[in-house]
Amino acid sequence: MSFVDTSAALTVNPRARRRRLLRRRFARRPLAIIGLVVALAFILAAILAPWIAPYSAGATDFNALLAHSSSKHLLGTDELGRDVLSRIIWGARASIEAGVLATLLAMAVAVPVGIVAGYYRGWADAVIARLTDVLLAFPFLIVAVGLAAILGPSLTNATIALGIGAAPALIRVARGEALALREEDYVRAAVANGASDARILARHVLPNMLSTLIVQATVAIPTAIIGEAVLSFLGLGVQPPTPSWGVMLADAQSYLSQAPRLAVYPGVAIFLCSLSFNLLGDGLRDILDPRTTR
Amino acid sequence: MTEPVLEVEGLVKHFPVRGLGAKGVVHAVDGVSFRIGRGELLGLVGESGSGKSTVANCVMRLVAPTAGAIRLNGTDITRLSRRALRPLRRSMHMVFQDPYSSLDPRMTCGQIVGEPLDVQGLARGRDLDVRVSQLFDRVGLRDELRFRYPHELSGGQRQRVGLARALAVSPELLVADEPVSALDVSVQASILNLLRDLQEELGFSCLFITHDLATVEYLCDRVAVMYLGQIVEVAPTRELFGNPKHPYTQSLLSAGVVPDPEVQRSRTRVVLEGDLPSPLEPPSGCRFRTRCPLEPRSAPQSHDEEPPLVDVGDGHLVACHLVRRGETPDLYRPLEVAR
Repeated sequence: MSFVDTSAALTVNPRARRRRLLRRRFARRPLAIIGLVVALAFILAAILAPWIAPYSAGATDFNALLAHSSSKHLLGTDELGRDVLSRIIWGARASIEAGVLATLLAMAVAVPVGIVAGYYRGWADAVIARLTDVLLAFPFLIVAVGLAAILGPSLTNATIALGIGAAPALIRVARGEALALREEDYVRAAVANGASDARILARHVLPNMLSTLIVQATVAIPTAIIGEAVLSFLGLGVQPPTPSWGVMLADAQSYLSQAPRLAVYPGVAIFLCSLSFNLLGDGLRDILDPRTTR
Repeated sequence: MTEPVLEVEGLVKHFPVRGLGAKGVVHAVDGVSFRIGRGELLGLVGESGSGKSTVANCVMRLVAPTAGAIRLNGTDITRLSRRALRPLRRSMHMVFQDPYSSLDPRMTCGQIVGEPLDVQGLARGRDLDVRVSQLFDRVGLRDELRFRYPHELSGGQRQRVGLARALAVSPELLVADEPVSALDVSVQASILNLLRDLQEELGFSCLFITHDLATVEYLCDRVAVMYLGQIVEVAPTRELFGNPKHPYTQSLLSAGVVPDPEVQRSRTRVVLEGDLPSPLEPPSGCRFRTRCPLEPRSAPQSHDEEPPLVDVGDGHLVACHLVRRGETPDLYRPLEVAR
């Protein structure tokens, strides 16, 4: 750090300085920026679907069934003459909603459970740890499909199933972090301060695992997005008239030989969307480590 | 001596070792007793693994002692719950060894120093800021560093922050667990001077833990020497350095370096054989016997009987069979060196 830099930085408040530092570190990672931009584009598309989609999701054009790309239908139409681009934009809603909400749900369950298990140890920890081990023995998608089948087919239920399916992995991460943090000297110093457990967890343990959790979340989102597509494909998620990338893939099956593009476009959307969140997560992992100064 | 600030009696801390096959108990601390008077600095020295830090953690009740009693200002805190301990934590605080891991990287240094005051409800809002500012001034830190994060500070500055945090609640007892051993030598002196100045100014008592004899000699009023979980010798600093009685203390002192090269060359040095025995299975009888050069003289008593810590006069306590018999271990005589 140069001398000039120091004196200039002193006048700014620490949060602003930290934010500036993060922005500078972010700028050094082009892949993370691409991830951020593409992910934001998908999120915006989902939010703004009613305004930016050229047609409504269900609008049929019987003059153009299974049509190729044209100025009227940029990505062509499906077997019912529905505009593929519009359906992909509308479909982003289901994917983003499922991806983000399922991850938030998983976090809401996993973080308190993991922290309590890791910080307090004891028999509760033993039970929770073994239980997550058992749940982790089942593949994520099998758990999600099973739960969705029990709960009944709908986007809400698919989201819940995906959230519960993602929770064990997050519990394990939160528990591991809490386990490591409770041995940190600054946590012991907080005990020496006479701080209550609640304060220690809220002020010292949670903030210090936040960056790990954020990274885990950005990695969990694409998994949930793909999971939503799978559930919808299997008929356990979004129900057919409503557009979803998974539903579009399922519909495209019957026309695979005549119009393979019907499967390619939603496939590319799933691929790009999950890739962008993954890139973003990788970038955040590097950036959010508080100990890397530059 | 007036009523001691800290009184430790027969402190025992065992750590159970679980695992496949290898079950056992680590005897980290095995019957340690000492007291610290008001305004007194007691140095606790010993090599790595001798249980010094465990004593500190027990005194601070960061770990629960297995047996024994710890009294802070006459209050027995040995078995108090964490909740019941909270108000008492105003009377004691701790400086940690590692200035890097002992400060929360997510908090500014001002928040770190202010936290004990906030937690104990001693200051809020504007008042808290003023108090923190005063503390920064007291430990010699520029005021604007309050808004910096720990990773932006040097090791010495961080340890000053740690010291400010420990002294924020004006504790009567400060436990310093090797506060300078992680610092550069050039910085060590300034932190030690600061600690001494603050002690003179504020008058707190201090349990100062270190493996560095020179530091102890400079700083402490009395010294306790630990070996494998037990105290083998306690004496006022001048007495301990001028007239060490326990063979272990003597060998420790003989290993020190003297500033005069000529004297240094001519000194007799006692080199102890082997390593510290495993605290999983400490030797029977005298724990030091496996490495004691005088073991032939003290055997077989030293194999069967644990030597008690007995007063040999002037507050000088030694745990050695030979000393108790009236023989003088003479591995090393400090008087041959002009001190």
